[in-house]
Amino acid sequence: MKPQPTHIFQKDISNCGLTGFVSKKGQRVEGAVIIKSISLMHDRGNGLGGGFGAYGIYPEFKEFYAFHLMYENAMALQLTEEYLEANFHIEQQEDIPTRRIRAIANPPVFKRYFVTPLETDEYREAVEYQGMTDSDIIVRHVMAVNHEIDGAFVVSSGKNMGAFKGVGFPEDIAEFFRLEEYSGHIWTAHNRFPTNTPGWWGGAHPFTLLDWSIVHNGEISSYGINKRYLEMYGYLCTMLTDTEVVAYMLDLLIRKHGLSPELACTALAPPFWSLIDQLPSNERELYTAIRQVYGSALLNGPFAILFASNKGLIGLNDRVKLRPLVCAEKDDFVYMASEESAIREICPAPSRIWAPRGGEPVIAMVEGNV
Amino acid sequence: MKIDAQGIYYRDLNNTIREAVQAGTDEIELDNVNGQYFIGDGINKPVTITINGVPGNDLGAFMNGATIIVNENAQDNIGNTMNAGKIIVHGHAGDVLGYGMRGGRIFIGKDVGYRVGIHMKSYQEYKPVLIAGGKAGDFFGEYMAGGVLILLGMFTDDPAKDKHGYLFGTGMHGGVIYVRGGVDESRLAKEVGVFELDDSDRVELEGYIREYCADFKLDAAEVLKEHFVKVLPRSKRPYGNMYCTMPK
Repeated sequence: MKPQPTHIFQKDISNCGLTGFVSKKGQRVEGAVIIKSISLMHDRGNGLGGGFGAYGIYPEFKEFYAFHLMYENAMALQLTEEYLEANFHIEQQEDIPTRRIRAIANPPVFKRYFVTPLETDEYREAVEYQGMTDSDIIVRHVMAVNHEIDGAFVVSSGKNMGAFKGVGFPEDIAEFFRLEEYSGHIWTAHNRFPTNTPGWWGGAHPFTLLDWSIVHNGEISSYGINKRYLEMYGYLCTMLTDTEVVAYMLDLLIRKHGLSPELACTALAPPFWSLIDQLPSNERELYTAIRQVYGSALLNGPFAILFASNKGLIGLNDRVKLRPLVCAEKDDFVYMASEESAIREICPAPSRIWAPRGGEPVIAMVEGNV
Repeated sequence: MKIDAQGIYYRDLNNTIREAVQAGTDEIELDNVNGQYFIGDGINKPVTITINGVPGNDLGAFMNGATIIVNENAQDNIGNTMNAGKIIVHGHAGDVLGYGMRGGRIFIGKDVGYRVGIHMKSYQEYKPVLIAGGKAGDFFGEYMAGGVLILLGMFTDDPAKDKHGYLFGTGMHGGVIYVRGGVDESRLAKEVGVFELDDSDRVELEGYIREYCADFKLDAAEVLKEHFVKVLPRSKRPYGNMYCTMPK
């Protein structure tokens, strides 16, 4: 009898892939570049999620919040537009341009709206008596649409930026959204291999809120703790997957609580107690305080994340580096990716290329008012 | 034989390499490699594969007797369960280097990532040797069961970085680690201790260093003039009592 193989040798070995870059001087780069980088890591995903975060793409509407909306049905569209008209001045609204391709089956409907909040009674109440800012009011509306309107999801809601994501390989999603027609000074991209949660259009990365966007490789096993903590501050998790909490957590820590990006990263991936015990007293006090106050913000489990805003791009690993992250510099550009080759594909000769330590954020902020 | 790997999908590239090896080619040079996975995996003939560019993950996995020379940097998971042969990387290498390696040599010119030499093992004449010329991340020699790990800390792109990370030798229960210029004992895992080299260690170490220096065209005397220490496990069963006391 012929010996039987012990393994299925054709098995695909996959995991998520991410890549991103920033021009610190604000030079705008066309979408083709990020597509080339993420496409090199095609085999890190399995076709169940691809997406892009793009900054500086709407300079003509940069004073307006750019709402990218995804609709699963006509009723969701109608209810959302009634909601937006009641609460916002809509400077411009249009379909997000797409291209029908064979690789993308049954896409939902995508529209975008460039808006500012209307001074309704509710708005005046929020500003004058609840101390809310415009950003707080936008967050409240995003949560309301995602939570209350069945089949409507806010894909992104920041100024001069947008997220483009869905079910497919990232290069197919890029083709679907005609991404080569956009130019931006910060780009991130994600190739998804969903493990614990469904591969659906809202579950693709990036996850966003205001101009925060997160792409993530790994799994956040502290999701339940993080989610319950965020709910106390009015953030509602509706996207059925773990990464969503990172976007809201950074909004809470940086925008609401005023932590620096460095300290916010420390809250997400703090040093172990055994290491804190060895530090000089001022650092020991700082890290002890962060861990005591933000114990529920700690992200447990393996992760590499890139988070972007209009101000810059930050890369962060879990404390024991269970997912890959490589960074590089060339002129005013900073690159971050799951694999060195994904950087080399778009920057063949970086002046510096390195692997950051676990828990050590790589922070690349844009210079001045880009 | 030269192959231009520019834009070639990893499966096609590896099929071409395997066909060439099958046909009896003993020298293969790959140009414009960028990110192709699994190069040299499972090759069990003494061929030499030279790589120009950055090869993808899982380079030389299950390799059994071939030589791979990477002229630039390499990525993660090099030499997974490698049985025999040699991998030389002139630049830096990533995480999980030499995972479960059970024979042969991995020589890296510059820095290496996290979990280098994780669960290396040895048996009778099979004794893997992994040398890193630069600095290393955390978990160096994690769960190491056998073989030889050598950290030089000499050739790095980041002079400000520490020679090695935290949790050095976590779970180590076999084999030996030699470190040029000593270790930071506050970063050692509780399972390991630091010892001075004896005469037989010196002979063995010198042999490996001379081979490494010949491959990288370095002066072995310069490398060997610094004091080396060896790190050994304190126990062959570090977790024997983790869940319940083992019967004697």
